[in-house]
Amino acid sequence: MERELTVVGNRMPMLDAAAKAKGTAQFIDDLVLPGMLHGKILRSPLPHAKILHIDTSKAEKLSGVKGVMTGTDIPDRKYGIVPKAKDEYALAKTKVRYIGDEVAAVCAVDPEIAEEALELIKVDYEELPAVFDPMEAIKEGAPLVHADVQKNISASIRKEFGDVEKAFGESDFIFEDTFYSQAVNHAPLEPHGALAQYDPKGELTIWSSTQIPFFLRRNLSTTLLVPESKLRVIKPKVGGGFGQKVDMFAKDFCACWFAMNIGRPVKFIYDREEVFIGTRQRHPVYLSVKTGLNKEGNILAQQFKAYADGGAYNSTAPVMITLMGFFLMIPYKVPNLLHEGYHVYTNKPVGGAMRGHGIPQARFAVERQLDMIAERMDLDPGEIRIRNSIHAGEPHPAKFVINTCGFVDTVKKAAEGIGWAQKRGKLPFGRGVGMAGGSFPSGVSNMSHISSGAVVQLGREGAVNVLTGAADIGQGAETVIGQIVAEELGVLLEDVRVTAADTGITPLDPGTFGSGVTVRAGNAARLAAISVKNKLFEIVSEKLEASVDDLVAEKRKIYVKGSPDKGMTLSDALKAYQYGDHPMPIVGRGSWMAPTTEPTTLLKENGNFAPNYSFMTQAAEVEVDPQTGRVKLLKMAAAHDCGKMINPLLVEGQLEGSVVGGMGQALYEDVIVEKGQVMNPSFLDYGFPTAMEMPEIEAIEVETIDPLGPFGAKEAGEGTQVSPAPAIVNAIYDAIGIDFMEMPVTPEKILKALEEKKK
Amino acid sequence: MGKMISFALNGNKMAVEVKDHWTLLHLLREELGLLGTKEGCGSGECGACTVIVDGMAVNSCLFPGLEIAEKDVVTIEGLTSPDGTLHPLQKSFVENGGIQCGYCTPGMIMSAKALLDESPNATEEEIKHSLAGNICRCTGYVQIIDSIKSISEGGVEEVHVVAWKNKEKDE
Repeated sequence: MERELTVVGNRMPMLDAAAKAKGTAQFIDDLVLPGMLHGKILRSPLPHAKILHIDTSKAEKLSGVKGVMTGTDIPDRKYGIVPKAKDEYALAKTKVRYIGDEVAAVCAVDPEIAEEALELIKVDYEELPAVFDPMEAIKEGAPLVHADVQKNISASIRKEFGDVEKAFGESDFIFEDTFYSQAVNHAPLEPHGALAQYDPKGELTIWSSTQIPFFLRRNLSTTLLVPESKLRVIKPKVGGGFGQKVDMFAKDFCACWFAMNIGRPVKFIYDREEVFIGTRQRHPVYLSVKTGLNKEGNILAQQFKAYADGGAYNSTAPVMITLMGFFLMIPYKVPNLLHEGYHVYTNKPVGGAMRGHGIPQARFAVERQLDMIAERMDLDPGEIRIRNSIHAGEPHPAKFVINTCGFVDTVKKAAEGIGWAQKRGKLPFGRGVGMAGGSFPSGVSNMSHISSGAVVQLGREGAVNVLTGAADIGQGAETVIGQIVAEELGVLLEDVRVTAADTGITPLDPGTFGSGVTVRAGNAARLAAISVKNKLFEIVSEKLEASVDDLVAEKRKIYVKGSPDKGMTLSDALKAYQYGDHPMPIVGRGSWMAPTTEPTTLLKENGNFAPNYSFMTQAAEVEVDPQTGRVKLLKMAAAHDCGKMINPLLVEGQLEGSVVGGMGQALYEDVIVEKGQVMNPSFLDYGFPTAMEMPEIEAIEVETIDPLGPFGAKEAGEGTQVSPAPAIVNAIYDAIGIDFMEMPVTPEKILKALEEKKK
Repeated sequence: MGKMISFALNGNKMAVEVKDHWTLLHLLREELGLLGTKEGCGSGECGACTVIVDGMAVNSCLFPGLEIAEKDVVTIEGLTSPDGTLHPLQKSFVENGGIQCGYCTPGMIMSAKALLDESPNATEEEIKHSLAGNICRCTGYVQIIDSIKSISEGGVEEVHVVAWKNKEKDE
């Protein structure tokens, strides 16, 4: 850089924070249109059944009801986030596959009448045998959740890097352990909703609480048979997603269908129970890991096997089991890896993308096992992680290109932060420290939508207008993009207005998933800003008789490097441009995708799979009460290499949020399902961390400047979620000497284990 | 069945016909169009709908609408001055990163206000206790607590700056 950064790197409030603080920010449930109707969904009470007949006549006659629809009303077109894995109808056609599966929808003048109408719909079912465990579901003769999917395995992967068998043969030590990672609900505070409006010219507009406006548009188009050109998806403020809104739901399709067929706007808002049972959850996964090492503790080979309980539908199935395997190749050097993953249907709530997307489950197993291996080989857990770290610039076994890697530093700094040297193995019984590492791609670059676009326009008095398709769901994407543009154009953040995520206005963007937004959409916005800057520099260089290369844009001025007095304001430059020989508006465009010399899905050949990779280590200190079995997380030291932090205030927010999320997964949260019925579908029964459980969190930055990220940035959203849970479970081992192989580690499990240990 | 009741909403006296089964949340959002208060669960478990009734933070999704008769109700809309100036708590949430997705924010701020009105120099423990009924899934609570602490630790002297003050109690 030629000059100091003035906007990027600063702690800045989100652009929309004041509106949110005032209560004026508009979420989906805050949108009201004239004549708007309210929709509700009838869900299956049975885990697996044939639909014999649906009688909607009574519901239709209820005063205030304006429409009733069932699966027979909609085209025979399935939807799904992954094109080759589409397996879901907006409303069930002939069969329901889990308790909560959508059967019919009603719209009425108010939500209470719609609710009442649901009770008047009579559905005749023929109950079918159901299956609730993936290990049962893969057995010969198990009930088939989808008749055409043998053994209920709807997606699988077997991928080998190197030669695992040979490497095991050369290993001095081989360890094999099995683990289980439970179902967790994302539970964003804002329940899911959709509002659709149809205009007589045939344009369908839908506002949806979505992380993926463009995917939603495509799926609405293919299922409702409306051309994409006639469909507009608008994302209002979204009250959290964590991946649960990386999908589409009955509410989206039914709102659109009703709007088209009744001619009035229709809104659906799910209640909290529906969010728990009828949306998505983190896949429960049975995992086994076999690791071969030499005497020095270097990993020579790893064999990984995972059975994911997918529930009744695919959602992201093939992607999830693939990511889970590929990203075992970071942050440790695994020269030989065999990954087998299976996505198995059961008659249960549906798994989907959740912050980390398959990787946290894998990391739980690997990070737990690394600690167990360290114990067996008498190595320090920190040392075994450092010894096996990948490094920037080194050849990678899968040919990932690692330009920057702060992993070793994160291990050291997290250890320092938690007081590792003084505490590990040295605290009294009941107290302990543990750590876990992690790494995450800043968006995968070769699997689906992989590019983002942006438009930057310069307006009167130097106002900057940015159009981006990036979907801000509360993480601050719009702010980060605004900062990047402001930095590039040399204006203040307050000069920038970001208009985002409206498929009718903003450029194509994949959406918020895979932690790719800052790098991908941020780079696109930066390119658009550079193109605006270049136009301005042309005119300014003429006026100032200076070379373009000598100009700098900073603090709303463009001037000759080294002489801030010799310059003109951005606003004057704009005037000069528009009233001079170039009477044109100034519009910059940018598009960006990760450079890939050899595009690969990694399935057949090795290659790079993400623009860059973040690295992190989290170290936990816990206190276990042997009387009650209760675990208190005292402190988490979280060291994180996310490249250049565009906005440290937001990075810390991501980090702290993920620590508490990881604590929930490690200690409390569990979607309990009995015979297909979710037993705890409420905040109270489900029980996640409140302010009372919050530990002390020390956020430690390990900054690297990545050559591909905008201003050197890497992801900071999902990676932070992969290591807190195993760090906590590892600390529990240090505290009481018990290896827990499954989560959550509840007081009951601790008391039981302590009891058994005594014997 | 409905009943005409009078109450003060954000400092303004008003009389409204309230039906028996309406919750305060329904009254605020659906009947009076005050959309700042959010519904996260509808069963008093998440605190997103928190408002202040006679100085007490309550879950408006459970609170019967009729119960506000002759009482003072303050919602998030009552915190910002008419000229748009944010209440110190709102400003502090904005500046300290206490807001991510923003859905729990109005409820968080109202819980915090009820606490600080009662106990302007609340300690961290007291703050955590007062937020125990407000769930946030984004922030991990750290920056929320920082936001409140920066006020309670004396960053701002006068917390009651706008719209409504704790009314003098007769007793």
